[in-house]
Amino acid sequence: MGRHVIARADEIAPGKSKRVEVEGRDIAVFNTGTGYRAVTNRCPHEGADLCRGIVARFVDAEGPGEFTVVEDKVMVRCPWHGWEFDLDTGRSYCDPNRVRVKSFEVAMEGPDGRVAGPYSVETFEVAAEGAMLVLTI
Amino acid sequence: MLDDATPTIGPIAGLGAIDCDVHPRLPVTADLLPYFDAYWREQAPYRNIDRLELTGHPVSLPPYRREGAANGTAAEIASGLLDPNGLSAAILTLVNGTQALYDPYMADAFCQATNRWLAAEYLDADPRLRAALVVPFQHPEAAAEEIRRHADDRRFVAVVALAMGERPLGQRANWPIYRAAAESGFALSIQSGNVYRHAPTQAGFPSYLVEERTHMAQAAASQTMSLLSEGVMTEFPDMKIVMAGTGATWIFGMSWRVAKDWRGARVETPWIRESPEKILERQLRLTVGPFDAPSDMDPVLVDVIGSPDMLLYSSDYPHAHAGPAGAWPRALPEDLAPALARTNPQETYPRLEV
Amino acid sequence: MTTAVLEKDTKSDAKLGVIDCDIHPSLSNPAEILPFLPLRWRDHIEDYGLRSPNPFYAALPYPRMGNGMRQDSYPPGGGPAASDLAFMQEQHLDPLGIEVGLLHALNAGPSLMNIEMGAAVCAAYNDWQIDKWCGPDPRLKGGICVPQEDAGLAVKEIEDRKSDDRFVQVAFVPKSLEPAGRRRYWPIWEACEALDLPVGVHSAAYGQRANTASGWASFYVEEHYSFAHVAQTVLISMIFEGVFERFPKLKLVLVEGGFAWLAPLMWRMDREWEEMRGEVPHVKMTPSDYVRRNVWVTTQPVEEPPNPKHVRPLLDWIGIDRLMFSTDYPHWDFDHPERTFKVGLSEAEMQAIMRGNAAAVYGL
Ligand code: FES
Repeated sequence: MGRHVIARADEIAPGKSKRVEVEGRDIAVFNTGTGYRAVTNRCPHEGADLCRGIVARFVDAEGPGEFTVVEDKVMVRCPWHGWEFDLDTGRSYCDPNRVRVKSFEVAMEGPDGRVAGPYSVETFEVAAEGAMLVLTI
Repeated sequence: MLDDATPTIGPIAGLGAIDCDVHPRLPVTADLLPYFDAYWREQAPYRNIDRLELTGHPVSLPPYRREGAANGTAAEIASGLLDPNGLSAAILTLVNGTQALYDPYMADAFCQATNRWLAAEYLDADPRLRAALVVPFQHPEAAAEEIRRHADDRRFVAVVALAMGERPLGQRANWPIYRAAAESGFALSIQSGNVYRHAPTQAGFPSYLVEERTHMAQAAASQTMSLLSEGVMTEFPDMKIVMAGTGATWIFGMSWRVAKDWRGARVETPWIRESPEKILERQLRLTVGPFDAPSDMDPVLVDVIGSPDMLLYSSDYPHAHAGPAGAWPRALPEDLAPALARTNPQETYPRLEV
Repeated sequence: MTTAVLEKDTKSDAKLGVIDCDIHPSLSNPAEILPFLPLRWRDHIEDYGLRSPNPFYAALPYPRMGNGMRQDSYPPGGGPAASDLAFMQEQHLDPLGIEVGLLHALNAGPSLMNIEMGAAVCAAYNDWQIDKWCGPDPRLKGGICVPQEDAGLAVKEIEDRKSDDRFVQVAFVPKSLEPAGRRRYWPIWEACEALDLPVGVHSAAYGQRANTASGWASFYVEEHYSFAHVAQTVLISMIFEGVFERFPKLKLVLVEGGFAWLAPLMWRMDREWEEMRGEVPHVKMTPSDYVRRNVWVTTQPVEEPPNPKHVRPLLDWIGIDRLMFSTDYPHWDFDHPERTFKVGLSEAEMQAIMRGNAAAVYGL
């Protein structure tokens, strides 16, 4: 298990992503707007780069037409066929037990090396300047 | 591809089978007069409305009349089908033009009269017979009322809809019908038939009846798609949906595709919360008379379709399919007969008491 | 499949030299087509627009997820997906080992209500295919767009292009005014047979008829599914109208409808024909025999049944020799040549689907 500095926090704008290689693994790092998440870049379906996918809140509906947006569940939609992966768990929505990507822990650390989490908006704002993203693998 | 060897009723013999798709004759106005109110009793003959046969489902023609089934009376159904096949029950589904009428009140009146005629001519005549209600999809509130009116007559076990109707069946305008049906355990029986509000194909009207009949399978698939996407299958879990007489095997071409697309396009219809083929397996039923598959079929076909629970035994009597009336489809393993002819129908039609 | 995390490396070095039977090139912007049109029609379009049977002007009737595109297919320099040859080469043709790519230049020309303008638009798209794509990259092959509702004009367009072997097929839009087997289209089929140009039928969003026999569906997923149905309609109509009796060498390629439906449709047509053949005495063979002689389907969107093993019996029912690989690049339901078939196929079967069948059908 190693910890790797992968980016400056301000390199990845909210809703955007960055592809990094760590210990030979291809990893997609996302800024969800409320924090950072990292998953294997390669979609388990046909291999698209998840870092090119769209990050969006989970959409649900109690019944026909009753749309809701679940604020604290963030998904990446694969750029090819749109399969959705929960960025917290790596599990796909369509087949959570069989189809999943590995998720990694990403922490934001200040220039002084202190871990600045948890990933609240406030923390991000405080720590963003000059902060580095650290990925644990 | 069809086997020359004569099919037989084979494995359903001795089971006390339930036949899920049998067709009575079409009533003419003279038949319905006793069941009309005063207004329609005068108007129907005055306006020369005699027989509501569908151009897209012309049941007076030979392809819809096997030999010796000219009249379609209860007695003839008994001697031509129920007795020889030892059936314990047969569900009558009438496919005529009540749903094609443009006047919603006329449609309502003809449906009501037709249901009473069915009860008197068939259900009262032979205790083995059951029926599906015809209701005016042109007037969903009246249709719901007609269903509620029959809630206590458990000889009516389903409601007839058409594969090629006025609007996709899943759409909300139809929901009062499904609410009433689900309340009392009626199944929805979707039949070959066309009201000609739209072309039978996306490229207009085909030249031949055989083409239109071939297209009935895709019409059934479109209706399945609509009932699923609009949420009817999940909103009304107590109403099973029966696709009757459209060959059954089209289902996997449809269910695979919809399951695949759901994985990527789910956000459009997020009320679909599990993979669609699971919902179809629970809610959709397919009759096997006729069954579209060559007789020397690999038995894996049943798995490919999804589950044997989805299949219902039926003859489609008196339509002129090969072999004796009610012949078991040779493409299907014979050991499925007890499930298809007994268990599955009983689970599909909760009102059916045999 | 187990519950294990799926991240095995599937980098493949066994490049097959793929023939991709469905690529959609795009204009960089709507004005890009104008220089290919006569002045008369340029003016007309500027003043009166392109009228097609679709409620929304210059927009799709059923808005698509992510605009219906692979989200990673937009050229870095800007513009719509697949509008830049260099990026198409870099992202698609080169790394996937596409030896030949067949273009389906989706456009409103064949469906425009003004037929004369439709003819001009089709001709413009044909010139544009050569100018922007097939000329600069000889791997790309064109499909002749035709104003199909006027067979005379359509045949003229085919005649105009017949000596240009960068066109390898005639494109036909299945949501035609009448089913494809009706006699109004026979001059087109006659020309295709005579010139040995396969007919490539690609589903399209525009058409004058509802997308189900019960009217217009509500959702994009329903519309998307209906594309498979209209491909079926082409096939059913051509068979029962006797097109393949009259033009026995005609080759019909059904593109982007998937293929699972083909097996049950063959079974159904055969049974219905047995019961109803008196109505169509001109249909001499069992319908599935025409399929086996005259018809091919492209594989995308590839079938992914809940149990992946079920693809195998399906392939046997249809026949490997009927299937031709396609990616549908850059659309969202794109298939990747090395990751699409998850069932065991022999090397020879794979070769046939990936290139052999298409090479034979198109004489490549
Ligand atoms: S490759 Fe990601 S959903 Fe298909």
